[in-house]
Amino acid sequence: MIISDLNIILPEIILSVYAMLALVGAVYTAKDELATTLCWLTSILFAIVAFWISSDSASAQTAFNGMFIDDGFARFAKVVILLSAAAVLVMSVDYMRRRDLMKFEYPILIVLAVVGMMMMVSSGNLMSLYMGLELQSLSLYVVASFRRDSVKSTEAGMKYFVLGALSSGLLLYGASLVYGYTGSTDFATIIQVAGHGGSIGLMIGLVLVIAGLAFKVSAVPFHMWTPDVYEGSPTPVTAFFATAPKVAAMALFARVMHDAFGNAKADWQQVIVLISLLSMFLGAVAAIGQTNIKRLMAYSSIAHMGYALMGLAAGTAYGVEAMLMYMTFYVIMNTGTFAFIMTMEKDSQPVTDIQSLNLLAKTKPGKALAVMLLMVSLAGIPGTIGFFGKLYVLQAAYGAGLLWLAIAGVIASVIGAYYYLRIIYLMWFGSEQDEALDDYSTPMLTAFVSVSAIATVVGIVNFFGLKGAAIAAAAALVQ
Amino acid sequence: MIGLEHYLTVAATLFVIGIFGLFLNRKNVIILLMSIELMLLAVNINLVAFSSYLGDLVGQVFTLFVLTVAAAEAAIGLAILVSFFRNRGTIAVEDVNVMKG
Repeated sequence: MIISDLNIILPEIILSVYAMLALVGAVYTAKDELATTLCWLTSILFAIVAFWISSDSASAQTAFNGMFIDDGFARFAKVVILLSAAAVLVMSVDYMRRRDLMKFEYPILIVLAVVGMMMMVSSGNLMSLYMGLELQSLSLYVVASFRRDSVKSTEAGMKYFVLGALSSGLLLYGASLVYGYTGSTDFATIIQVAGHGGSIGLMIGLVLVIAGLAFKVSAVPFHMWTPDVYEGSPTPVTAFFATAPKVAAMALFARVMHDAFGNAKADWQQVIVLISLLSMFLGAVAAIGQTNIKRLMAYSSIAHMGYALMGLAAGTAYGVEAMLMYMTFYVIMNTGTFAFIMTMEKDSQPVTDIQSLNLLAKTKPGKALAVMLLMVSLAGIPGTIGFFGKLYVLQAAYGAGLLWLAIAGVIASVIGAYYYLRIIYLMWFGSEQDEALDDYSTPMLTAFVSVSAIATVVGIVNFFGLKGAAIAAAAALVQ
Repeated sequence: MIGLEHYLTVAATLFVIGIFGLFLNRKNVIILLMSIELMLLAVNINLVAFSSYLGDLVGQVFTLFVLTVAAAEAAIGLAILVSFFRNRGTIAVEDVNVMKG
């Protein structure tokens, strides 16, 4: 019994044991000299585990009395999380070394955060949900303030910590009410008790749980931390924040809504429609005035979360499928964009000012072309995967009778296209600057920028064969 | 006779005090940490009250997990606070303002 349970969570166990061994090993041996090796080793391990999970074709199974669910949905989310974390780790090696930030704790904290995310997407109980969420959050608070000698980085860590702890508190209070009014913390039991028009206590609990989860996906009105944390953290850390944790939190959101509150759909649907609408518009409007590209990407991610939530708001299997596709495309585009941001340097110092992109196309046309493709895809212009991601969620919303939400989504994406196009405009037709960007890049960053830029266009041929996997994953979640 | 609703009222009051402490406090970051702790402990009262009312031990198991995580959270919060203080020389909430968000 216990052996078969342990067998199901073997990937998580391997990663946690690896993290602890690496920590002890590095402390007692060469410490920070091992950091680069550890980064590479960790990303190779992530890739192997991702391959292993994706080749697992067993049907859905649960471990530890339903605490942990291993189904197609969890596997899809885990593969995306692991691969994006591996990509970010590989990208960050050079940046961290040049900025004297290459400490051995960095890859270890990322591993622990990833284990937390894997727990989150597999959780089948409010307790395992909370433990996974906290393992992820506590590791992320530390990596946000990773540059200990910088006011900005520590301030980012502190803001993230205080607001993240508040959101955990809201989620927990909601969880305690759900437990009290359904008599169980198990999703399988909750879904039987929590029907439409349940008791008022259960509804308050549901809303508080949604508020806590909305914080983690940085949806409006719980988005305040995002721009500051994105700006203050070191750029590789920001790249990490913008990819894996967003996928994990969004998958967890879908898991809780469908697995635990699937019979109270009418109740949560209206809340998610509202936060989706607000996120799309705030993300589109607030990004216009930004001068810092990391802050701009923060508002851009808020807007993108609004679209992903639109897929969830549909409350159908097609909606979940659209959401998974959207998040995968979002991760591909964001990895490339942040790889580009890591190459932005002036006098060997990182710059994040959008004005420094002026006339980039003159000196580096290839790079400018790649960034243009990424921006076009982020804006959702036809001919790119970003467009198809948006098309899917709009179709899902329309199919669920939310036509007005789909129309609002189109309007928001038109507004949002302005700031992506402005970056393209600056790169090709901007004004002359006294100092242009350094001609700096590493083969690794160049590879990431160009591969993801090509992927945004080539991907529309067959979506990397992801469609079938996403359909199977959504079918596993929504019965 | 003290029933379930009394415990829930105390817990709700403490939780709201915690939230207000987080938002109204302008003085010291340590008070933010205390407010967070207050919120989590309010949740614990809720869980134990429900657990005893339902005659179900799961709530108390959950409480132990919450207590453990709260301790880890406080440790990390204080560590971030110390490194912030080393850079900024102050822990007043109104001085956490290098980035305007």
